[in-house]
Amino acid sequence: MQDPPSPEELLKTVHDFLMNVALPKLEGHDAFHARVAANSLAIVLRSMSLSPEQDELELGRLRDLLGQEGDLMSLNRELCRRIRDGEIGLESEALQQHLWETTLAKLAVDQPKYASYRDEIGA
Amino acid sequence: MSTPSEELAAQLLSVVRSFEPECNKIHDLTRLSGGASQEMWSFRLTDDANGPACVLRRQPPERGGESTGTKLGISLTDEARLYTRAAEQGVPVPKIRHTLAPEEGLGEGFIMNHVEGETIPQKILKSESLAPALPKLARQCGEVLPKIHSIALDGLEVLPRLDAETVWRTYRDLYDQCGHPNPVFEYAFRWLEERLPRDHAMTFVHGDFRHGNLMIGPDGLRAVLDWELAQVSDPMQDLAWICVPSWRFGRIQNPVGGFGRREDLFEGYEATSGTKVDVDRVRYWEIFGSLRWGMMCRSMYTMFASGQDRSVERAAIPRRVSETEIDLLRALLQES
Repeated sequence: MQDPPSPEELLKTVHDFLMNVALPKLEGHDAFHARVAANSLAIVLRSMSLSPEQDELELGRLRDLLGQEGDLMSLNRELCRRIRDGEIGLESEALQQHLWETTLAKLAVDQPKYASYRDEIGA
Repeated sequence: MSTPSEELAAQLLSVVRSFEPECNKIHDLTRLSGGASQEMWSFRLTDDANGPACVLRRQPPERGGESTGTKLGISLTDEARLYTRAAEQGVPVPKIRHTLAPEEGLGEGFIMNHVEGETIPQKILKSESLAPALPKLARQCGEVLPKIHSIALDGLEVLPRLDAETVWRTYRDLYDQCGHPNPVFEYAFRWLEERLPRDHAMTFVHGDFRHGNLMIGPDGLRAVLDWELAQVSDPMQDLAWICVPSWRFGRIQNPVGGFGRREDLFEGYEATSGTKVDVDRVRYWEIFGSLRWGMMCRSMYTMFASGQDRSVERAAIPRRVSETEIDLLRALLQES
């Protein structure tokens, strides 16, 4: 077992250092890059918190949609193949629903402040 | 020992004197933000802080003098020619003062007059001084596009000819090369392929006409910049790209660049061109635009993973793919 702080706490500390200590002392491109760096840490933090459950849900949806077993990568490849080859109709409600849910989950991790996302979830 | 900018100032002076013989010193030579291989510098011709100023854009000689074109676009020398052609059509662009010649030792590029204004969308959308200009901006953009589209193509064989099918194929190949499954992109590619515009007009097209490449002042549109993606293609592309949600910078309720309505953009276009806007084709290109920007973000992962560019920015951009995916779903699955 590892000692505290937790990985989350360590990441949060580095994020706060970048935003509150480093950023005010930087200018121009360096300041911009510090902000991007802090944002990347925030993505990792949200991913650690949300992705395990999101991935499970996505896996379940893919298994139902495709009627086969596999991991996320292989099932996503199969889904892409079926869309590309026309084996699954674009009007399929099950497909559309899956794409919505998967995409909303992605944005919750990548960029929960994105305007289109906030509009979609009614924020 | 002189600094790089002192050396540049010395080299620049003799070049500048060829079109400004009264200039006896380069003042306030300052590096502006620019790409990795291209440089952009501003300088003044006199010591008057409000006096005439110029901008140098160049690819320096030590980095392989002649820019045969960036990964995507045309060379700086050709871009300078486009500015001149555009000016002849009445398009507001910075005035080209001088195109660099190899024997001048500065590399490839050009010097243009400095235009006062703002280009950064977040600043433009929040600015108090520019706020009165925003309501008329969409119409101004619509009015300037037919002038761009009527730029004569003779002598511009360097411009790629890209019909809708070629553009679709280019991004499809890029997606396949990336080799990562994005079901939303697959969905969009198929939807778009089923609706490919055929036998559409082929004119001069700016290729990157969007908020971020427009110089704005209190009177509105001051200059159209960044012509390196100029091409021969469907003119409706230029009406669509500026409406892609990624270029609304958060103000998604204003489809045109976050500042205006499509109706105003189209009315301006129709009034100046005397032709009607093909709304269906614009919609095609607007949806394609989200896919295009999404693929551009996606493909930056290759540059990062190969070690070519390990910057934090290069690493972060591919995570913006999801923004384009939700915009695609909203456009394809809803009336939005």
